[in-house]
Amino acid sequence: MAVTDMPSGDEKPKVKLLNDPKFRSMIFQALLVVLLAWLVWSMIDNAATNLQKAGIASGFGFLSTASGFGLNFSPFLEYTSSSSFMQVYWVGLQNTLVLAVIGIFFATIIGFIMGIARLSNNWVISKIAYWYVEVMRNIPLLLQIFIWYKGVLATLPTSKNSIDLGALGFLNTKGLFAPQFIFGEGSGVMGWALLIAIAVTFVINGWAKKRQMATGERFPVFWTGLGLIIGLPILMYFIMGQPVTTEYPTSGNFGPRGGMRVIPEFIALILALSLYTAAFIAEIVRAGILAVNRGQTEASYALGLRPGQTLRLNIIPQAMRVIIPPLTSQYLNLAKNSSLAVAIAYPDLTAVFAGTALNQTGQAVEIIGMTMLTYLAISLVTSLFMNWYNAKNSLVER
Amino acid sequence: MKKTIVSALGVAAMSVTAFGASAATLDDVKAKGFVQCGVSQGLPGFSNPDSAGNWTGIDVDLCKGVAAAVFGDATKVKFTPLSAKERFTALQSGEIDVLSRNTTWTATRDTTLGLNFAGVNYYDGQGFMVRNDLGVKSALELSGASVCTNTGTTTELNVADYFRANKLEYEIVAFEKADEVVAAYDAGRCDVYTTDQSGLYAQRLKLTNPADHTVLPEIISKEPLGPVVRQGDDQWFNLVKWTHFAMVNAEELGITSANAEEMKNSDNPAIKRVLGTEGEFGAALGVGNDWAFNIISQVGNYAETFNRNVGPDTPLAIARGTNDLWSKGGLQYAPPIR
Amino acid sequence: MSNTKNSISFVRAEMVPEMAPPINESGVLGWMRKNLFSSIPNTILTLLALYILYLIIPGMIQWVLTDAVWSGESRLACATIAQGGELPNDWKAACWPYVGAYLKLFIYGRYPDAELWRVNMVLIMFFVGLVPLLMPNVGFKRENLVFMLVIFPIASFVLLSGGNLDLNGFLLPDAIMGPSEFKFWVDFLILSLIICGVVWAYMNATDTDPKQAVTITAITMAVLAVILFVMSVDFGLEPVETDRWGGFVMTLVIAVTGIVAALPLGILLALGRRSDMPAVSLFSVIFIEFWRGVPLITVLFMSSVMLPLFLPDGVTFDKLLRALIGVALFSSAYMAEVVRGGMQAIPKGQYEGAMAVGLNYWQSMRMIILPQALKIVIPGIVNTFIGLFKDTTLVSIIGLLDFLGIINLSHSDSTWATPVQAMTSYVFCAFIFFLFCFGMSRYSIYMEDRLNTSHR
Repeated sequence: MAVTDMPSGDEKPKVKLLNDPKFRSMIFQALLVVLLAWLVWSMIDNAATNLQKAGIASGFGFLSTASGFGLNFSPFLEYTSSSSFMQVYWVGLQNTLVLAVIGIFFATIIGFIMGIARLSNNWVISKIAYWYVEVMRNIPLLLQIFIWYKGVLATLPTSKNSIDLGALGFLNTKGLFAPQFIFGEGSGVMGWALLIAIAVTFVINGWAKKRQMATGERFPVFWTGLGLIIGLPILMYFIMGQPVTTEYPTSGNFGPRGGMRVIPEFIALILALSLYTAAFIAEIVRAGILAVNRGQTEASYALGLRPGQTLRLNIIPQAMRVIIPPLTSQYLNLAKNSSLAVAIAYPDLTAVFAGTALNQTGQAVEIIGMTMLTYLAISLVTSLFMNWYNAKNSLVER
Repeated sequence: MKKTIVSALGVAAMSVTAFGASAATLDDVKAKGFVQCGVSQGLPGFSNPDSAGNWTGIDVDLCKGVAAAVFGDATKVKFTPLSAKERFTALQSGEIDVLSRNTTWTATRDTTLGLNFAGVNYYDGQGFMVRNDLGVKSALELSGASVCTNTGTTTELNVADYFRANKLEYEIVAFEKADEVVAAYDAGRCDVYTTDQSGLYAQRLKLTNPADHTVLPEIISKEPLGPVVRQGDDQWFNLVKWTHFAMVNAEELGITSANAEEMKNSDNPAIKRVLGTEGEFGAALGVGNDWAFNIISQVGNYAETFNRNVGPDTPLAIARGTNDLWSKGGLQYAPPIR
Repeated sequence: MSNTKNSISFVRAEMVPEMAPPINESGVLGWMRKNLFSSIPNTILTLLALYILYLIIPGMIQWVLTDAVWSGESRLACATIAQGGELPNDWKAACWPYVGAYLKLFIYGRYPDAELWRVNMVLIMFFVGLVPLLMPNVGFKRENLVFMLVIFPIASFVLLSGGNLDLNGFLLPDAIMGPSEFKFWVDFLILSLIICGVVWAYMNATDTDPKQAVTITAITMAVLAVILFVMSVDFGLEPVETDRWGGFVMTLVIAVTGIVAALPLGILLALGRRSDMPAVSLFSVIFIEFWRGVPLITVLFMSSVMLPLFLPDGVTFDKLLRALIGVALFSSAYMAEVVRGGMQAIPKGQYEGAMAVGLNYWQSMRMIILPQALKIVIPGIVNTFIGLFKDTTLVSIIGLLDFLGIINLSHSDSTWATPVQAMTSYVFCAFIFFLFCFGMSRYSIYMEDRLNTSHR
C-alpha cells in the first residue's frame, strides 16, 4: 500500500468485505454454529433412527417401573427389590455422596498432616511424608482400590473365623461388624441438646471475639464449646433414663449378624480414595505454606508465639487462600473418582444406575445422560460453593 | 508441524466414512466375508478362549454353524467377547451380527430391547452353589446369607424374587464380570454363588478347591438360553433359527459329522431334505442348498456339540436332562424341514 | 579524628584462627541433633516414626524378598500346608514364579507368538525416538518430533495391526463407481481438488496471492495420500485383531495415542477459549467444562455403550478405537487448560508486539505465542500425561485387557490360584507404574527447574 492511497479526512477506508475482521469473524462463527448444529442433529437423528429401527423403547417411563433387583448398601434411604428405578437412582446418588463426603473428610485430615509433616524440621518425619506422597500419587487409583479390596480385605479370615476386635466388633472377609447404637424413646431430646449446645457455642464465640477486640482478654472458647457439645447430650442421656442402647453383633449361621455392618467394598474405597487424594492434598498444603512469606513465621516467633500457635494462627489462615482453589479441584476429583466403585461392586451411582439399571432396561442414552448430568451438577455445585468460600476468605484489597 | 497433525485428524475422519452403508444382514455378512459373533468373556463349555485365542463352546458352535451355512466354511467367523452390559448394544448397533452368549429369552428383551431370540440351544435354570462346610442342604436354609451374582442378568432379578417370596433375608453382592464373582465367592466374600446351573458347574472348575463346593438341588427359574438377532431382519432371523433347528433335526435323524457324506445317498426323504439332495430349502433361506450339510459335516449335530462342550465326558459333566430330544423326554424339539 | 587508628589499642591486627565447629553442631551427631532431636516433642516424634518404620519396613522386605517364593511350576509352590502345599501355615509372601509364568501375557497380552517381533520393534522405535526427544541437549528436535508424531504412529499402526486398511471410497455414489480401493483414490483426488479450489477462491477474495497457500494445501493433501497409502498397502503382515492386543503394550498404546491426539485438540480448544469470538469461546468453555466435570469411567461407558447408537447405520468402531476416542476427548479438555495456563503467562507485550509487526492471528499464534507458551507448559503436559497414563487402567472396567485388565484375568487361572496371587500381581503392577510415573514426574521437575532459570 502506498502512502498516497491513504484515505483522507473522515472517509472510511474501503476494504473488501472479506477483509473486514468483524465480518470475517461473523462468517467463521456462523460456519462453526452450522457445523455443530449439523453434528448434533445428525447424532440425534442417527440415534433416533437406530433406536426406532431396532424397536428399542425410549423415554423416561422406565423410571417409575419396579427395579426387581436388590442392593446391599443404603444407609439412609428405603430400598427393596420392588422399589422403582427412580429410587435406584436416588440410592446410587446417596451412596456416591456418602462415599465422597467421608472420603473427603479423611483425605483432608491425612493430607494436611502429611503436607505439614513434609515441611517438618524433623528429617525422618519429612522423609516419611515425602515417600508417602510419591508412592501414593504414582500408583493408579484403580490399582490401589484392587490392592485394598482383593489384596488385603479378601485375604482376611472367612466369616466363621472372624477377628474379634473386642468393643469394635468383628472383622472378616464380609466386612466390619460393629456395634450399633439403637436410639430409643427420648433420645430425640439428646439431639436437640446437641443442636442447642452447638448454637450456644457459636454465640459464645461471637461474644468472646468482641470481648477480645475490646479488652484484649481471651476466653477459652474451644474448651467451653467442647464441654457443652459433649456434656449437654450426655447430661440429657442420664436425665432421660439412658434411652440409647447398643446392639452388639451376634454370631449366626453365616458369621456375625446384627449391629452395624460396614461392607468391605466401602472400606476398600474409603481407604484407597482418601489415601490417594491425601497425597495430592499434601502437595497443595505444602505449596500453600511455602507461599506464605518466611517473614511471617519470623514475626510470629518474634512476638513470642510457639511453633504450633504460629502454624495455627498465622501460617495456615494465610496459606488457606492459596490452598483452597486447588483443594476444590482435588475434592471434585475425589467425587468423580468415587465412580471407580463400579469395579468392586459398591453400589454407587455409576454401578447401580449406569450399570445394573442400564443392563436391566437397555436404555443407554437416557441413563448415561442422567448419570453424566448428575456428576456435572455435583461438580458445578461444589465449585460454586468453594468459589463463594474463597471469595469470602480472600484478601480484601484496598 | 501443526499442519501434519491436522492432516492426521483428517485421516481419522475419512477412514470412518470409508465404511460402506448396510442393507440386509445376510448381504452384509456375505460382502465382508465372515460372521461377527458376540460371545461371553469366558465361560467354559459355552464360549471360552484358550490361551492361543481359539474359541470353543456350545454357543461358539452355533456361530460356526451359521458361518458354515452362509459360506460353507465354519471358520469364517470372528468372535467379539462382550460383557453382560455391552451385549445388547453391540447387537443393536450392528457391531455384531448374532449374539450367542448364554442369553436368557425374556419378554422384555424380546420386545422393548428390539431383539429376536432365534431358538433355545440350552434349557437352563438358576441354581445356588455353597461351601460344603456350611452344611446347607437346601436353598431355604439360606436366610441371612450373602449372595454373589452378575449384574445386568436375569439371575439378579430371580434371586431377589426368590428370597422375597420365601421371606428370607439376604445380602446381594453384584459384580460386573463373571470372573470377579467367582473370585469374590472363592475369597469368602459371599456364602452363596448363584447363576444358571450350567454356569455353576462351569465356574466351579475355576475355584481353588472345586470339590469343597456343592450345587444345591433347587432350580429357581426358567432360563432358556439362545442366540439373538436384531428385530426387523426376518431373512437373517430365519437363517440363525434354522441353523439351530438343522442341528437338532440332524440328531433326530441320526446324521452326524462323520456319516453326513454317506447319508447323502440315503433313501429317507427327511434326510434328503436336510442334506439338500431334495428340495430348495437353502435358496429360501438365501444360502446354498447344501447349507445344512455344511453345518452338520463341519460343526456336527446338536448331540455332538453338546457332548463335545458340556457333556458327561467333559470337565463340566452335565447330563442331557432337559436338553435331550423331545422323543427321549427332553425339550429339544425342532420343526421339520419340509 | 584523623589518627584514631593508632590510638585504639584494642582493635585486633590479625584474624582469629578458624576453629572446628562444636562437636554437637557438626558431623553425624550434630546433624542428628539438629534434624532429629532438636526438642522433646521432636524427639518423641522421631522415636515414634522410627518405631512405625520398624513395624513396616522389615515386613515389606520379608514379603517381597526374603520370604518370597522364587521358583516353581504351579500353585503348589506357593501354597501352605493347609492349602495342599509345603510352606508353613502362617506363610504370607510374594509368589514370583507366577509373575514369571505370566510375564509374556502381562507385557504383550494375547498377541500371537509368531508376530511378537512386530511389537518389539514398535517398543524399540518408541524408546529410540523418545529418549533423545527428552534430552534437552540433543539436537535435531524438529526431525525427532516429526518422527515421533508422524512416522512412528503410522509405522506402529501398520506393525501392530498388520496395516492393509480397507479403503472403499466415500464421495461418489455407488451408481457411478462401485466401492473399491481405486474408487477411494479417485474420491480422494476429487476431494483434494475441491479443497485446493476453496483455498484458492478464499485467497483471491481476500486479495492475497493464492499461489503459496494452494501449494501448501496441495503438499498437505499429498502427504496425507502417502500416509493413507502406507496404511492401506499390503506388506504381507499377518493381520492381528485388536482383541488380541493387550498387556502393558496396550497401556502404552492408549496413553501415547491419547496424548498425541489430545495435544493438538487441546491447543485448538485453548485458543478457542481465549478467542474474541463469542460463539467459539462459548463452545470451547462448554466442551472443556463438560469433559472435566464427568468421571472418565462414565465417558468410557458412553463411548462403549452409547457411541454405537450415535453413528449412522452400518458404521461400527472397533472397541479399542472407541475407548481411544473417549480417552482423547477427555484428556484434550485437561490439556486445553494446561495450554491456556501457558498462554496466560505470556506477557501482553508479546501479543501486542506480534500485532505491531503485522502478523495476523494465526501467524502470531504460530510464531510468537504458542512456541513460548508450549515451552513453559512442558511440565504441565508431562503431568497430564502421568495422569492419563494412570487413568488408562480404567479401560479394564469396560473389558479391554490392558496391563491391569490382563492381571485381573490371570487371577481366574486355577494353575496359580493362591491367596497371595492377587497381592503379588498387584505389587508387581504397582512397581511398574511407580517406576514410570515417578520417572516422569522427576523429569517434569527437572524440566521445570531448567526452564525456570531463564525467567530469573
